[in-house]
Amino acid sequence: MSETITDPRSADSNAGAAAVQQMSMQQALNRALDEILADNPKAVIFGEDCGRLGGVFRITDGLQAKHGEDRVFDTPLAESGILGMSVGLAMAGFHPIPEVQFDGFAYPAINQIVCQIARMNYRSRGTLPMPITLRVPSFGGIRAPEHHGESLEALFAHVPGLKVVSPSNPHDAYHLLKYAATRPDPVIFMEPKSRYWQKGPVDVTSAAAIPVTAAHDDGTAHGGSLTGARVAREGRHLTLVAWGAMVARCLQVAELAAEDGIDIEVLDLRWLKPIDADALARSVGKTRRAVVVHEAPLTSGLGAEVAQLITQSCFATLKAPVERVTGFDVPYPSGDLEDEYIPNIDRILFGIQRVLEYRRG
Amino acid sequence: MTTEPVLAAVDDDAAPLTHHQLRELYTLMAAVRHLDTAAVAWQRQGIIPGYAPELGQEAAQVGSGYAVDRSRDFVFPTYREMGVARAMGLDMVGYMSTHKATWHGGMYNPLESRFAPIQAVVAGSVLHAVGWAHGQTLSGKASGHHGVAITYFGDGASSQGDVHEAMNFAAVMKAPVVFFIQNNGWAISVPTDRQVAGGSVAARAAGYGIPSLQVDGNDVVAVHEATRSAFAHCRAGNGPVVIEAMTYRRGPHSTADDPGRYRTLEEERLDAGQDPLERFKQRLLAEGIADEAFFAEAQRKAEEEEEAIRTGIEELGPRPGAEMFSLVFQEPTPALQSQATAWREESEHV
Repeated sequence: MSETITDPRSADSNAGAAAVQQMSMQQALNRALDEILADNPKAVIFGEDCGRLGGVFRITDGLQAKHGEDRVFDTPLAESGILGMSVGLAMAGFHPIPEVQFDGFAYPAINQIVCQIARMNYRSRGTLPMPITLRVPSFGGIRAPEHHGESLEALFAHVPGLKVVSPSNPHDAYHLLKYAATRPDPVIFMEPKSRYWQKGPVDVTSAAAIPVTAAHDDGTAHGGSLTGARVAREGRHLTLVAWGAMVARCLQVAELAAEDGIDIEVLDLRWLKPIDADALARSVGKTRRAVVVHEAPLTSGLGAEVAQLITQSCFATLKAPVERVTGFDVPYPSGDLEDEYIPNIDRILFGIQRVLEYRRG
Repeated sequence: MTTEPVLAAVDDDAAPLTHHQLRELYTLMAAVRHLDTAAVAWQRQGIIPGYAPELGQEAAQVGSGYAVDRSRDFVFPTYREMGVARAMGLDMVGYMSTHKATWHGGMYNPLESRFAPIQAVVAGSVLHAVGWAHGQTLSGKASGHHGVAITYFGDGASSQGDVHEAMNFAAVMKAPVVFFIQNNGWAISVPTDRQVAGGSVAARAAGYGIPSLQVDGNDVVAVHEATRSAFAHCRAGNGPVVIEAMTYRRGPHSTADDPGRYRTLEEERLDAGQDPLERFKQRLLAEGIADEAFFAEAQRKAEEEEEAIRTGIEELGPRPGAEMFSLVFQEPTPALQSQATAWREESEHV
C-alpha cells in the first residue's frame, strides 16, 4: 500500500502524473457535480442560493450557467420544502441532489429526512426508491455563527433507511460524490466545510489511486472500493479512527507521535453508515489499540458505535479500552471557543497516551 | 391592481356530467359509505385493529377522485382518503390492508395506482406533491398535457408549516398542483375555529397568488366540477390551485376516538348538515336520473363489494418477517443483512 496522497505535504510526489491534478475540495465537488449532471439527465441540483450564486461555498459555481435553470435552481428559503420536494421529484423519476446550506439547517427538515426520505422505499415496499443525495456542509472550524458548525452524523446514522458518508480530502470528495449520486438509496453527504479550500491531488480517472480497503468492494462504479474505509496512514502501535476534517488532524498527530517513536495508523472511516466493520477489525486487530476522534458531542456519538464494533471483533487482543476524543456535551460554541471544543492535537495526544499507558487491574 | 387570483379561463371540454356519470358517482359513494361503515364494524369484530372513518366525506372524496386521470396524474393522500382510492379504482384489499396492520403504506402498488403510499404525518406529503408536479414541468410536457398532482389534507394539517412551504414553493415554481383541503370541522377533538385563523384555508391562497375555490364539500357534483376545472387550470401550465371542500366528519377521528368527550349528539346533528349520500339520492330522484330500483341495486353491489374486500382482508396473512429487512434499502447494508440473518436463526431456529 502506497503512502497516503491525501496529506498535502506528500502531494509533490504525484505532481508528475498526468491524471492527477491539484484541486481544492470545493473544486473537486464542483467538478463531480458537473459530471453528474452531464452523465445523468435525471440529476437535478437545487437549494438555497445554489443557482446564480453557485452556493454560499461555491460548490455549484457555474453549474446553472452551463446546465440550465431546469437542472440547477434556487428554491425558496425553506429546508423542509427542499427535502419534501426531493421526495416528490424522486417519485417522478429524478435523482435529486439537494443542498442544505449549513448542517444546522437540516433540523427544520428533519421530518422530511427522517419520516419521508428514509422511509419511502420501505413504506412503498420498494416501489418508490429515494435516490436522493443530500449535500450538507458540515462540522465546525470556520468561526461561523450558531447552527453553522454541527456534526449530525450520529443522528442520521441512527435513522433506518439513510446512508451517511463524509470525505476527508479532495480525491475522495470527487469520487464519493459521484458514487453516491449513482446509488438508488438516500445518502447524506457530509462535506467538511473547514477543508473546502485545502488542495490535494485528485485522480479523476481512478478512485483506486487512493489506497483503499477491499471491504464490500462491488468493483463496478469506479474500479475500486468506494464503499469502505481507507487507511490514510499505516502504523503498528495504535489506530486513530476519524472522518471528515478530523482525518487531517489525526495525520498531523501521527507525524508528531512518530517523533517519539510511536507508529500510528489513521483509519479514515469515510462511510458512517454503513461503517466498515471489517476495516476496523483489520486495523485494530493489528495495532491492538484504538482512539476514535470526532467533533460531535461525546454522549451517544458515533465513537460509541465504533468502540463497540472494535470491542466485538478485537476484544481478546485489545491492550486497552477504546478511547474517545470528541467534542463535549455542550451546544457548539462561538468561534472564540471552538478551538477548545473541537479535538485538538493536544487532546488527541492525551487520548493516545491514556491508551498506551493503560494497565489492567 | 388585482388582489384576487382567478382561475385562468381554460377550455377543458367541461360538458355537464352525463346521467350515466351521475349514476356512477352515486354508485361509488354508496360503495364507499358501505365499506366505511363496515370497516368500523370489522374493527369491533376484531378483524382489523383500527380504522379512520371518512363518514360524511363521501362527496368530497368521490367527487374529486373521479376527476383524476390515472394515465398522467398522481394523488398524494394522508390516511383518510378511502373514498378517493375507491373512486380511482384502487385494489381495495391492498388499500385497506394498512388498517389490518399488514404494511404501513398499504399493499397496493403506488406507481401503478397513481396513489402514493398512505402515511400519517399530515402535511408531509403535501410537499411531495409539489416536487412531483415540478418534475412534470421539468419533463417538458407541452402546455395542456401536464400531469397534475393532487394532494389531500384537512383543516388540522393546514396548521403545519409544510403546507405554507408547499403553497409558496408551488406558486413560485408554477407547479401543477391541486391542494385539496377537506375542511371537516374537526382535527380529532379540536374544532376549526380553534384551528384555522380566519376560518378558511382557501382564503390563504390569495397570499400566495394562488386561485382558490371554496366549495360545498357535501355536493358531489360541485366538488367534481371544481376539481375538474382546477385540473384543467394546472394542466394548461397556469400553476397551482387551492380547493377547500367544506364538509363534516360525521364519525369519530378513528375507532379509538370518543367524540362524546368533545361534542354532543345534538351539535353533530346541527353542524353536520344534510347527509351527502341522501342529498345526492334526492337530487337524482327529483331529476328523474335514477329510481328506487337503481338505489337498491347500488346498495346490493356495495354489499357484495364489501364482502369480497372483507374476505380478502381476512385471508391476508402477515408479511414474511424477512421483509422488515429487505425493504429498507434498495442496496441493503452489511449490518442490516447480518441482523436479518441473526433474526432468522433466532426466530426460526434454522
